[in-house]
Amino acid sequence: MPTLVSHPDEVKVVSRRFGMGASDIDRYLELDGYKAVQLALSQGPDQMADWIINVMKASGLRGRGGAGFPTGMKWSFVPKQSPKPKYVLVNGDESEPGTCKDHVIFLHDPHSVVEGTMIAGLAIGAKLGFIYLRGEYRYLLKNVEKAVADAYARGFLGKNIFGSGVDFDIVTQTGAGAYEVGEESALMESLEGKRGVPRIKPPFPAVVGLYGGPTVINNAETIANAPHILLMGGEAYAKLGTERNGGTRLFGISGHVERPGVYELPMGYKLRDAIYKVAGGIKDGKKLKAVVPGGSSCPVLTADEIDVGLDFDQMAKAGTMLGSGGIVVLDETVSIPEFAMRVISFYQHESCGWCIPCREGTDWIKKTLTRVHAGGGTRKDIDNVQYLAENMMGRTFCPLGDAAAMPTLGFVKKFRKEFEDYIDGHRAGTNLITLDQLVGAH
Amino acid sequence: MPDVTLTVDGKQITAPAGTLLIEACKAAGIEIPAFCYYPGLSLQAACRMCVVRIEKMPKLATACTTTVAEGMVVQTETPEIVQARKATLQLLLGNHPLDCPVCDAGGECELQDMTFKYGAASSFYAEPKNHREEQQWSPVVYFDRPRCILCYRCVRMCGEGMDVFALGIQNRGSSAVIAPNVPAHLSPDQLAHVDCEQCGMCIDACPVGALTSGTYRYKTRPWEMNHVATVCTHCGDGCKTTLGVRSTSSGAEIVRGDNRDKSGINGDFLCNKGRYAFDFANHEGRITQPLVRKDGTLQPASWEEALSVAGSRLKELRDSRGGAALGVVGSNRITNEEAYLLQKFARTVLGTNNIDHHRTADYVAFAQALAGHADRAASLHDTLKAPAVLVVGGDPTTQAPATAWNLRSNVRQNRARLYLANVEPIKLRRQAKGFLQLAPYGYNALAAYLAGDEAAAAAAAADHAALASFREAVKAEQDLLILIGAELRGAELKRLIEFGLSIPGAKLALLADYVNSRGAADMGLLPDMLPGYTPVGSQSALATEYGAGTQPELTKPGMDLLEIFDAAARGNLAALYVVGSNPVGRLGIDPATLKDTFVVVQEMFLTETAALADVVFPAANLYEKGGSVTNSYGDLQLVSKAGDTAGVRSDFELIVRVADKMGADVRKLVPFGTSTGLRADMGQTRGAQSGEADRHAIWLAANNLEPRLSPFDPFAILDEVQRLVPGYNVLRLQLLSGNDQHLSPATPATVDLSQRRDLVSPSGDSLFTSGTLGRYSSMLGDLQRNQAQQLVQIHTAAD
Repeated sequence: MPTLVSHPDEVKVVSRRFGMGASDIDRYLELDGYKAVQLALSQGPDQMADWIINVMKASGLRGRGGAGFPTGMKWSFVPKQSPKPKYVLVNGDESEPGTCKDHVIFLHDPHSVVEGTMIAGLAIGAKLGFIYLRGEYRYLLKNVEKAVADAYARGFLGKNIFGSGVDFDIVTQTGAGAYEVGEESALMESLEGKRGVPRIKPPFPAVVGLYGGPTVINNAETIANAPHILLMGGEAYAKLGTERNGGTRLFGISGHVERPGVYELPMGYKLRDAIYKVAGGIKDGKKLKAVVPGGSSCPVLTADEIDVGLDFDQMAKAGTMLGSGGIVVLDETVSIPEFAMRVISFYQHESCGWCIPCREGTDWIKKTLTRVHAGGGTRKDIDNVQYLAENMMGRTFCPLGDAAAMPTLGFVKKFRKEFEDYIDGHRAGTNLITLDQLVGAH
Repeated sequence: MPDVTLTVDGKQITAPAGTLLIEACKAAGIEIPAFCYYPGLSLQAACRMCVVRIEKMPKLATACTTTVAEGMVVQTETPEIVQARKATLQLLLGNHPLDCPVCDAGGECELQDMTFKYGAASSFYAEPKNHREEQQWSPVVYFDRPRCILCYRCVRMCGEGMDVFALGIQNRGSSAVIAPNVPAHLSPDQLAHVDCEQCGMCIDACPVGALTSGTYRYKTRPWEMNHVATVCTHCGDGCKTTLGVRSTSSGAEIVRGDNRDKSGINGDFLCNKGRYAFDFANHEGRITQPLVRKDGTLQPASWEEALSVAGSRLKELRDSRGGAALGVVGSNRITNEEAYLLQKFARTVLGTNNIDHHRTADYVAFAQALAGHADRAASLHDTLKAPAVLVVGGDPTTQAPATAWNLRSNVRQNRARLYLANVEPIKLRRQAKGFLQLAPYGYNALAAYLAGDEAAAAAAAADHAALASFREAVKAEQDLLILIGAELRGAELKRLIEFGLSIPGAKLALLADYVNSRGAADMGLLPDMLPGYTPVGSQSALATEYGAGTQPELTKPGMDLLEIFDAAARGNLAALYVVGSNPVGRLGIDPATLKDTFVVVQEMFLTETAALADVVFPAANLYEKGGSVTNSYGDLQLVSKAGDTAGVRSDFELIVRVADKMGADVRKLVPFGTSTGLRADMGQTRGAQSGEADRHAIWLAANNLEPRLSPFDPFAILDEVQRLVPGYNVLRLQLLSGNDQHLSPATPATVDLSQRRDLVSPSGDSLFTSGTLGRYSSMLGDLQRNQAQQLVQIHTAAD
């Protein structure tokens, strides 16, 4: 089990119960567990839904999966009346490289996800929620299933929860190991037992989602925030962050830092401070070279670009994204062409193959960068990679193509000189083979 | 839906709300390219070729998933869009093998066309292309995997269109590959429905050369063929098939069948028979010269000799023993003109009503029941748009695949309500709103029960509650289309039709087995019916024309098919004239039966019947001649000559020549030459290069006939058909322009159906059999063997 880290600059909301044994339902109850859902139910059946949604709207909570869509607004899009059943879907398919925040929630505070799912269900009038874990998190499933089973055993789930007359059930499910399924509609396909390929939008899940019913699908961290927000009040939560970026969020800081780990920092916290103060600075006193600020799909920031606040709007202004909160810190020893190849290899491997630009584009970028890495590159390859990435951007069926193209463009544009040097063989300590040798090998 | 107005490329266009942008543009003459989009199948938005710029949208949008909206402003061909399409093509071509010079699709390839248009000619990849070995999925379906661009048309076509779901996608990303699903013998429930029906629709839908046809692959290039649109000769749906024809030393060989322009009555659809089972025409067993029995064996003879023997002997027997001692058997696969001519020949030259054919549905009862309700006869088109359909008996999936396709499409696209009543759990039940499991032989009881006879319930179905609710549901429908299988005949058929007529707006059709089964009945290949279901002996223009008054024996019904052979067994059949039929084989007639009968057969192959003949004339098949055919629904269509086999003659010509040798007045049999309403054949009805034109001219000159107006031209008799046959007053311009025309059966007089002998004998053909033709189609034979073995497991591991 990874060690929990802590720093005085942290503002603990969603991570409040981490390390306190809250997987145990009695411990969770001691720590204000299941109070939020009872508070919501106490608003009465007529007021409850609007009350929850209003608190969530006031909190300024934006989706923690990466897109940053305001959660309260998302919940309010679900039609009140629906001939088909409505569903709550928790997206625990945390697959973005560099991201490991939902993991700690499932590990340390699974009941907060259960309770948050119930709250979302009450807000939209759903009777069934699903908690979907990525296939690689199967080892966390026991913890989550135990939380659900304990909640059932206490009568918190099932028929007539807390004597309110409302029924609510939760089902858990794991994926089979596909990054693509983190996309909400692909996740629904996967949950329905089909190939994990995204759906055509519109219709959006709030109208036609899982099994054709209106569905709210939220990231696990977003859902886990809901009980805290109801208890502390929307405005109080909003105040923790910056304008239009309410509250705090979990940041997984990894790479070449002294104290890597998951930290909960207020929205708008400076990236430089997150690296140098919270995570203890660059390991072994090396120099910072670049930062991937929000999971590997976000365009890279150079060492000069880290004086930026960690919220959705400031990051967008800086030409990158807050993404999923996975900050990957790269020191001077990292070769950007190699890192770019490693990143594109991931997306090439995870492209579902549905649409042409993503399927073929990731493949050709990977092939080209692999050859560059092997020493068979030419300067024209840099242009080709850029051309491919530019022609994937905005043209693909789902955001995976963009997720692959954006970082690639960032690397190629910001570190073009390094690519050129790499291709010219100016990298110390490597024996580059020539293009002739490479082609001759085939 | 109300119309909305939008602007596309600066042009105002109007389309019904809800229309897809790509369709609205198509209707307005603006082409938006697409690989994955296929009208009628689910949307994919996968190929990204149809991207367009819509004002106020942040990114390029796919025209195939965007519905038109009022005031929408769209650009379809800006530099940005052209670059997007070009880049997509460059990506595709990166892995697509550039084996266009040998690819079957070369010249008919959407990827080629797009590349030509967008000029994605440069490649900047140094890496080798991804390669995978080609696979053979069945005798007729090959999959060249590297050529596949993953548009998923085949997957959807097979699943949504065919309800077979034989194809799926394996792996992901650049390893993704189309792969066949589990074969039946490996499926958990052993259900045959996961089996491929070998329809070839996947090949048809493939925009590139990834899926190729086992009969056609690597045979020729598309531009080396002539493409002749005609009607498939197999089942009663009468689909349009386009035959690719190439010249050979012995005529013109058919090398391909496909649904080239999708303009026929069958729309998008063509089944395995229309696509592959043309190869009987090229079978080595074709008879290509006349045979005459000498010294007990059939021996090749000259045309002159064979015609003389047949003509003189028939004349002699007619004159000595009378028309009552002669029998004629017609075909389900000859044209209307030939069928009409054959019965006219029988009645006016041979002087007999002893004429019949292999009846595969009771069209006499159908016509009787529908008399006076011409507007209630359904067309094949109705199966695609009727709001509700009742199918009693039959199994369209195997017996009338285009009907089944239309019904599935209708259910899928229009949410039509499909009701089935059958003794078997036929596959269409998967689309049905109601399926009624009938008791064995329960059809007649069902007809009675539907008509209100409660006592018939017990014999109709075991589940009485289901039966009652089925009847309620059906009776509650309006504009119901009722399709009836051959199981219902005679008075019971009439009873079911009368029930149908009680439903407001209901239309009906009776499904038969072969391409012109309906036409054979319509044209009077029946002992008791003249063309147009005119009872022999009744007053009619036809009877007058045929001189029935002067020949009293022609006012009485002749012998039916079984009676003809009974008469032969008793030694009372002097001669038998068989055209395109094999009654000896089908009915299991003892060869000795015909030992005292002079038998003339017009046939493609040496069938059991032909083998017993005294004279065999080599006949052309439906793909080698012109004329018209009528499908089960009464949709009349033109057939065109596609292939040509040296040495054969059309049945039409053969009948005329035999009649001529019998001394009949040919001009009276086929009114040609001088009277009005005739068609000059321009000397082109026979292949000018085969030398036949010369023989033709010699014959015409010898008979003192106008050289350019031929009695062998089937259109010479169409005037008479139009004039005399009730229900066949067709619009010739429509016919000649290749459009189908719906006909309604008409009957000028009623007959007592209970007195008619039931001689209907459905062929029982499967998807891979087709009567005599099926026996001589090697591809159908391969498919049968393939079906029998089940597919061996195909290895499509993640390689």
